[in-house]
Amino acid sequence: MREAMIVTRENLINLILAALLLAVPIGANWLGQPFYITLATRVAILALAATGLNLALGLGGLVSFGHAAFFGLGGYVAGILASHGFSGEPLLFGFSGTNQMWVIWPVAVVLSGLVGLAIGAISLRTSGVYFIMITLAFAQMVYYFAVSWPAYGGEDGLSILVRNQFPGVMTMRPMSFFLICYVILLVSIGLFALIRASRFGSALQATRQNEVRVATVGIQPYRIRLTAFVISAMITGLAGALFADLNRFVSPSMLSWHMSGELIVLIILGGTGRLFGPLAGAALYVAFEYALGGITERWQFFLGLILLLVVLFARGGLLGLLAGRARHG
Amino acid sequence: MGDAVLEISNLAKNFGALRATDGVTLDLRPGEIHALIGPNGAGKSTLIHQICGTLRQDSGSIRFAGQDISGLGVAQRARLGLGRTFQVSSLASDFSALRNVMLAVQARQGSSFRFFKPVMRDKGLIDTAMTILERVGLAARARLPAAELSHGERRQLEIAMALALQSKAFLLDEPMAGMGPEGSKSLTRFLDTLRHEAPILLVEHDMDAVFALADRISVLVYGRIIATGTVEEIRRDPAVRTAYLGDHA
Repeated sequence: MREAMIVTRENLINLILAALLLAVPIGANWLGQPFYITLATRVAILALAATGLNLALGLGGLVSFGHAAFFGLGGYVAGILASHGFSGEPLLFGFSGTNQMWVIWPVAVVLSGLVGLAIGAISLRTSGVYFIMITLAFAQMVYYFAVSWPAYGGEDGLSILVRNQFPGVMTMRPMSFFLICYVILLVSIGLFALIRASRFGSALQATRQNEVRVATVGIQPYRIRLTAFVISAMITGLAGALFADLNRFVSPSMLSWHMSGELIVLIILGGTGRLFGPLAGAALYVAFEYALGGITERWQFFLGLILLLVVLFARGGLLGLLAGRARHG
Repeated sequence: MGDAVLEISNLAKNFGALRATDGVTLDLRPGEIHALIGPNGAGKSTLIHQICGTLRQDSGSIRFAGQDISGLGVAQRARLGLGRTFQVSSLASDFSALRNVMLAVQARQGSSFRFFKPVMRDKGLIDTAMTILERVGLAARARLPAAELSHGERRQLEIAMALALQSKAFLLDEPMAGMGPEGSKSLTRFLDTLRHEAPILLVEHDMDAVFALADRISVLVYGRIIATGTVEEIRRDPAVRTAYLGDHA
């Protein structure tokens, strides 16, 4: 069976990617090179953020140019809760922040989901270029709000003095923090796979292919898209919280449109709608950034060239190149 | 009249100065095939769009299955049991024929907000869809992407999806278009049996099919219904002959 072979091949490549992402920091840890662990953690977190976007963009065809809003929001949740937790100043209703990740994550996820609901509810009334522009506009609003709000550092950003805690884990150790991010990434990819294969996933992918068809069988495309957009925002928000903890710093740059663009680039590089596309894309991106960035400050020029080649000659991205076209059963 | 499944009354729609739909009154009764014919530009597509909800009428009303659907959207009308096919096939083209029908089945069950059970391991869903594909004669092609099906097969697939909705009425927009003579014949036979499941509003240019199938025919010209009647009545109607049928009659 040709079909079965292709599926197996993609699974194999996915497995190799997951193993590589784990092997690099283990090797680096063993060689005493924590820098590479940080690099791998960065890959995992960017892949997580892009996995969130992949749900909207890859499965739903919703080209959100505003996902930095959720990424940054997650980051600020981690930063603000940590800063209050540190200073003891009350934040809301006598709650004075926390440095516990297991509190920060749900807050980041829920808040991102709510903001995603508000942004999505309005943006999804449009489509195509208008959707791209309106999501960008919302994200820019959030960006300028953060820049002009002095309480949490404004333009300068906000430092997290000590990385937030997780029960039973030494989060300050690079390897431990990597493992946290790695597990969350794999769980999210698993969730993505489940959703993609489910009835909801069917409806979502059909909405991308033919909106009129979906409405004609009696499913309202708007509801499907909005739900996908909210889940997408939640995952990207969670990634933002981890990113802030990785850098122990959050600034408006996490909210900027460059960040939104970067997430789209990751997905296109890796393979739009593919399960491990975001991870492949993030690995490639960070590798370029590191390898080319060491040679020239203008590494993004070369990234642009590569992106051009991918869009022109390898529409399926890295995974399309390695594993063949996606099949839909 | 009272027990008509679909009742359109005094429907009107203008595009600027053009009266695309001009006071159309039309009904569809249980068990019948009601053919809607008319020359190109008569406003058939505009009328179809208003019935299925992609266009909103300027005035008049549409009742379906006992309720006024004039203000409802496309998906809501479909949920009430209005199954339609398109003049140009409209499918989820990356999906296989099977998954297209499965989509319609899950839509009918109202279960599109289930997030965890994989559809391709959902035996109930697959079996239901396969049974319908067998009915329209597409079982052997079930696993092919819709994009790779022939023109005629895509037509059959659309009908299968309308069937999967357990529609209370079918709205078929030129199902014969682009079919070869053999395809038209077998589709004619199929539609003949389909009317017992739910009445059909059939927009069609193929007069052989229309005359073979229709219980009643309505003739639309310049947005107006100029005649409604049985096949014989329409064949004899002088206004229809001059306006449309010409050498066909």
